[in-house]
Amino acid sequence: MADSIHLPTPLTGTLDITADASPRLLPLQVVHDWLITVDHKKIGLMYIGYALIFLVIAGFEALLMRLQLAYPHATVVPPQVYNRLFTMHGTTMVFFVGMPILFGFANYLVPLMIGARDMAFPRLNAFSFWMSAFGGFLLYFSFIGGDGLYGAGSAPDIGWFAYAPLTARAFSRGHSTDYWTLSLLISGIGSIGTALNIVTTVISMRCPGMKLSRMPLLVWLNLVMSSMVFIAISPLTAAQIMLMVDRYLGGHFFDTQAGGSAVLWMHFFWIFGHPEVYVLVLPAFAFANEIIPVFSRKAIFGYPAMVAASVGIGFISLGVWAHHMFTVGMGAFGNAFFTLSTMLVGIPTGIKIFNWLATLWGGRIRFATPMLFCVGFLFQFLIAGLTGIMLSVAPLDWQLHNSYFVVAHFHYVLVGGILFTIFAAFYYWYPKMTGRMLSERLGKWHFWIFVFGFHLTFDLMHIPGLLGMPRWIYTYEPGRGWEIWNLLVSIGAIFQSVATLIFVFNMVWSYFYGEKAGNDPWDAWTLEWSTSSPPPVYNFARLPEVHSRRPLWDMKHPYDTDGMYE
Amino acid sequence: MSTIPMAVEPEAEWRTPYRGTVGMLCLIAAESAIFIIFVVAYIYYEGRSLSGPTPRQVLELPIFNTVCLLSSSLTIHFAVAALRKDNRSRFSLWLTLTIILGTIFLVGTGQEWYHLIHDYGLTLQTNLFGTTFYSLVGLHATHVIVGLIMLGATLVLAWTGRVHEEHAERFDVLSLYWHFVDAVWVVVFTVVYLLGRG
Repeated sequence: MADSIHLPTPLTGTLDITADASPRLLPLQVVHDWLITVDHKKIGLMYIGYALIFLVIAGFEALLMRLQLAYPHATVVPPQVYNRLFTMHGTTMVFFVGMPILFGFANYLVPLMIGARDMAFPRLNAFSFWMSAFGGFLLYFSFIGGDGLYGAGSAPDIGWFAYAPLTARAFSRGHSTDYWTLSLLISGIGSIGTALNIVTTVISMRCPGMKLSRMPLLVWLNLVMSSMVFIAISPLTAAQIMLMVDRYLGGHFFDTQAGGSAVLWMHFFWIFGHPEVYVLVLPAFAFANEIIPVFSRKAIFGYPAMVAASVGIGFISLGVWAHHMFTVGMGAFGNAFFTLSTMLVGIPTGIKIFNWLATLWGGRIRFATPMLFCVGFLFQFLIAGLTGIMLSVAPLDWQLHNSYFVVAHFHYVLVGGILFTIFAAFYYWYPKMTGRMLSERLGKWHFWIFVFGFHLTFDLMHIPGLLGMPRWIYTYEPGRGWEIWNLLVSIGAIFQSVATLIFVFNMVWSYFYGEKAGNDPWDAWTLEWSTSSPPPVYNFARLPEVHSRRPLWDMKHPYDTDGMYE
Repeated sequence: MSTIPMAVEPEAEWRTPYRGTVGMLCLIAAESAIFIIFVVAYIYYEGRSLSGPTPRQVLELPIFNTVCLLSSSLTIHFAVAALRKDNRSRFSLWLTLTIILGTIFLVGTGQEWYHLIHDYGLTLQTNLFGTTFYSLVGLHATHVIVGLIMLGATLVLAWTGRVHEEHAERFDVLSLYWHFVDAVWVVVFTVVYLLGRG
């Protein structure tokens, strides 16, 4: 009798009842269809596509910079252009690659994973996407329109954190800074809208039985991430409004000559800026949380601890921002506080790493491409975390602040941690999104070339930093011992570009010629694999009912369901 | 051992919170963060202006305004209650009263600003006090305007007979926003007028 109660409703087969013979549409009809869509899957894909385009653009900017720094006294780009390049590279990568790609996956996966037919507010979803997209276009329009009437140069050249007084009217003539601040203001509104949508979807749209304690960890982490967006992005929005008041209405917020404070901008920016790192890294953790168990053939180790650690990271990350400002002179108390709070982040992060390792331990590991990227992530994120702990020590930071050591550290987090899991997510969910597998052979090439290039670039980048090379310099003198390291770092960048090209080629090629995926190519356990690939517009013909953390496991093993052990 | 605990799971009573309320609470969280930054800037720059006028010289306590805005929280609460009981004429009455009280507040703010600009020459450009004062109070006033537009739209719909009991939950979401705007005013009043003048 008990068993019959445990029997979850059969999910596959019955769910996809589409008559799949939609008529061929004209190209313009297809475009129109995408422009007006409010379907969370299409919006998610648009987020991802948009982010990939900007990834290529910002990656190209990085390549130009590495070319300029490859040897001393290089003249590949003039100094002003170099300033624009690092500003645009940083701003683009954070706001128009990192955020949209993670929002894209969240948009696509969260409703599917909680058994919903769409997000809570589909039209708000479309609105938020187009706001973010418009922000990106506005930023890049500055190449054309930034001059204004002053002939003062095109794109913004103030660095991605735009310290005052560089942004003041007197020091940034023309409109480049206005494009920067407006585009961040607008995309910030989009981010808050999407975050609001994700939180509401998770809280209000869960299918019957999907209790908070049964949600996939990906959904949990996106819930934490979105809640952080309210507290992290909003201060940036407020600071951008203040900057606009200064620039357009003649206010004095960051005008030191009228008693304003440049340090206040630093505080406001990093109150956004540091939680932002966790806004980016939590979805990356989320991918690892889904992929590592499936390819270890074990349920995730320590589910409650993982949730608690994520929430803990969310809270702690709100109190660490000034570790970006040790060199400002905050006094002994401020330095000690932010050193300790920063080190505290290591505890929940460590819990996560141990839980992933424990999930791997004793598992029957399949080294498919998604898993390869996740294993790479585990090692690299550990190293990135360790250099982070080093930099949290105020005296060491005084030595290394604004050096290439710091640049290497945060690229280790952003590339070695986040980008690796994003690649893993692509290989893992591409079959769901398109119905075709990505080529494993090309995937392995992509992984190994990228790993080689990544380590060549970012391992070695620590060394010129230790030797005293500051960031944001467009060239350097020979004879300081920096030459060989910079050359190798630049060569690594070329390897990474080649690997990325293989990835792009794989995406395009597999879309047409890839192996058919079927509903559930990885033998996974979460609800998105219960519907067809790609899922129908309504996701689930009948809303599923959930009885445990792994609804698909229950369905595949009706006499050994997870519910019996929860 | 594996059989007992799951058998009585009350899956039939599956309910999740209303999405409008959750969404509005999220918006309020985000807006609160924006206001906190502006309040922090105001406090941080208090007394750091290099030239006059200072808050002590020019600001007066807007008691009447405050009473009006805060009592509008009460009237909108009555409006929600009336709509829940499907008492539509009473709903329109309370809603109209709310809008009038909100408008009085806005007009009061306008008079105060006129006074400051015209009589004391305090503008956004004058000093740090001007910059932070007009930004913070102006940001709040903007929210009042947005709220009044939404309340006004609701009133028009109510007059044309399109607001019914089933919309009570939605109107409740709007009332949440209005309560938030009032709560922000309590903070602004305390920081700018009570502490800032002292």
